[in-house]
Amino acid sequence: MEVYLDNAATTKPRKEVIENMLKALENQYANPSSLHKKGVEVEKEIKKIRKTVAKALGCNDKEIIFTSSGTEANNLAIKGIADAYKRSGNHIITSKIEHKSVLNTFTELEEKGFEVTYLDVDSKGFISIDELKKSIKDNTILVSIMHVNNEVGSIQPIKEMSKVIKNINSKILFHVDGIQSFGKIKINLKDIQIDSFSISGHKIHGPKGIGALYIKKGTKINPLLSGGSQEMGIRSGTENVPGIYGLGEAVRLSTEEIDNNIENLKKLRDYFIDSFENEVEGGHITSEKSDVFAPHIINVAFPGVRSEIMLHSLEQDGIYVSSGSACSSKRKGFSHVLEAINMKDDLIDSSLRFSLSYINTKDEIDYAIEKAKEYYISLKRIIKR
Amino acid sequence: MENVVVIRYGEIALKGLNKRYFEDKLVSQIHNAISDLGKLRVYKAHSRIYVDIDNHNVNDITERVKKVFGIVSLSVAKRFEVDMDKIREVALQELKDRMEENSNIKTFKVESKRADKRFPLKSLEISRDVGGYLLENTDNISVDVHNPDIVINVEVRDKAFVFSNKIKGFGGLPLGTNGKALLLLSGGIDSPVAGWLVGKRGVEIEAIHFHSYPFTSDRAKEKVLDLAKILSIYCGKFKLYSINLLPIQKEINEKCPEQEMTILSRRFMMQIAEKVGVENNCDALITGESIGQVASQTVKSLYVTNASVDMPVFRPLIAMDKVDIMALAEKIGTYETSILPFEDCCTVFLPKHPVTQPKLDRIMKSEDALDVERLIDEAIENMEVEKITLED
Repeated sequence: MEVYLDNAATTKPRKEVIENMLKALENQYANPSSLHKKGVEVEKEIKKIRKTVAKALGCNDKEIIFTSSGTEANNLAIKGIADAYKRSGNHIITSKIEHKSVLNTFTELEEKGFEVTYLDVDSKGFISIDELKKSIKDNTILVSIMHVNNEVGSIQPIKEMSKVIKNINSKILFHVDGIQSFGKIKINLKDIQIDSFSISGHKIHGPKGIGALYIKKGTKINPLLSGGSQEMGIRSGTENVPGIYGLGEAVRLSTEEIDNNIENLKKLRDYFIDSFENEVEGGHITSEKSDVFAPHIINVAFPGVRSEIMLHSLEQDGIYVSSGSACSSKRKGFSHVLEAINMKDDLIDSSLRFSLSYINTKDEIDYAIEKAKEYYISLKRIIKR
Repeated sequence: MENVVVIRYGEIALKGLNKRYFEDKLVSQIHNAISDLGKLRVYKAHSRIYVDIDNHNVNDITERVKKVFGIVSLSVAKRFEVDMDKIREVALQELKDRMEENSNIKTFKVESKRADKRFPLKSLEISRDVGGYLLENTDNISVDVHNPDIVINVEVRDKAFVFSNKIKGFGGLPLGTNGKALLLLSGGIDSPVAGWLVGKRGVEIEAIHFHSYPFTSDRAKEKVLDLAKILSIYCGKFKLYSINLLPIQKEINEKCPEQEMTILSRRFMMQIAEKVGVENNCDALITGESIGQVASQTVKSLYVTNASVDMPVFRPLIAMDKVDIMALAEKIGTYETSILPFEDCCTVFLPKHPVTQPKLDRIMKSEDALDVERLIDEAIENMEVEKITLED
């Protein structure tokens, strides 16, 4: 039995997605910039997909830029905005639990002379609105916050944050990394004052190698790449047509099914958390059955048994998950997120992330929990002694 | 005039009646090393080996050939009928070519060898003659016999040879001229170097690897495979045996004193290796052990480990310092892979205070609690075998 519970790392592409990509590879292979009708055919299709993505986010299709990945979308937003607005100020804000594609972009900007504030989080992975308020200064130009944390699942109150930011200074730009939230939390950009929002294809059963960035109309953004001025000049490079086709289909399906999917995910998550708490004696669980946590990410720990050992044990039974710390017993392998929430070392060292998709079933969860429980008992016996 | 790689071998020329055997082995090893680069003739003549080059990439060939064990040095030479005018002309062209490649060449020297004693000029006279000719026909370069930037070599044999480079080989003996040994290969820095050093003495290598899956990752196994592939550049195709030591470690963990975990594991590894070795016609084991490097490598620990087997154990790194081992690892190209972070050996069972002065009788007494034979047999039954080749 294969039970894939690493859906926050990536998801399995849906059949419809693959079929749509094949269409681009086999027939509609022309360059959308070409003048001939074969090119126009592709251009039209991309236009349609851009509308689909825009509709899913509640924005205008002119506000969507396709990128090569979520990472690129984050880089483009942060560097592009910082560069375009550097004359207005030098201070930028983010949090300590961002994905590396945001965090490392900020450190890069810091090295280039920007002043950066890295906001702390509480023990559950939430940024304090008060602290955000206090950190904003006269020369602040950008705030970048992730919507859903990829390791613990905490959902930041981005709507409240945007109000706070824009009330202090409406010129401050607000970027939201939505890669883990898109498709799992309903988002309507019409209701929130966000200036840019990144998504990724492969987290929603689409293909890898494609992402998209919403950029609010009127927002200046300097491109990272020079070239043929595709994507309204913001992202040069011939479009990844198969990727866009795949993304389009994934977004279409995800939008269509979102109510159902979220409900399913919540049920599965709650079921997982209940079973874990009931079955795994001595286990620790960080995520909660609550609406402030994403419905698909569950961070647990098996104190005393290193994450990797549990991970490899489970993989023998076809159960695939992620570990919170990378190999070795040395501290440098620790996850920056788990350190930021002040998790105790023995928990970080033994933490695993189970991440769900709506295609998972209760049976799969029963199986995973049963195996985890068995291994935890036997491994503890071996290791503790 | 032809281009030819001249290959010199030192030690094997001393091997008396076996010389021919060693030479033939070397020829076939060189042939194996370059056979996929195109049709190339490799042959021996007058205590040297030659590779005739046509339209081949010379660098590709020399890069491969210099890694063949048993070679002292090689040169890419021009070969032609013996004729003094021609020698002068070719030597001049060689010098001009080198000067064009490298503008820092300001001094030169001619060295000559006369193997064909019927040739009227003695070697010193050849050097003087050619040197004078070169000096007359070039600008901005002078002779320096003590510390020249470049040496133009002239050799008079059945044919004349002119060359200016001498690439050093690793020396040693041709692979397969000295039996076969089984290397205990971990993912670390030392063991690949140990295997390489023994391989350099002409010993064919097979390797055995111990892991603790699922306590260790599959990536660690991949890393060992990568190291084995690098070794096979030198040691040719070989088999890699993979043993899961976890069941044994669990058993030791349960039944023996904690601080003896490592030394007991080592003894199991040696015994398993010996048994696999015997079954596969290996006559010795090779380890990367070096005195005092870790707790299991104190002299007392080595004594206890050694006592678990009858087969000779080669430990070529025994008296080497870590920095020197690391330098060798860099030279042979295994270092980068060795320092990747994946642990192949299970740290879960690492005792906090391992014994450093174990006593054989006490260790053997600890083993009494274990069904050693059954554990070894089961480990070997579950062994996986991988064929290591350069391709793929």
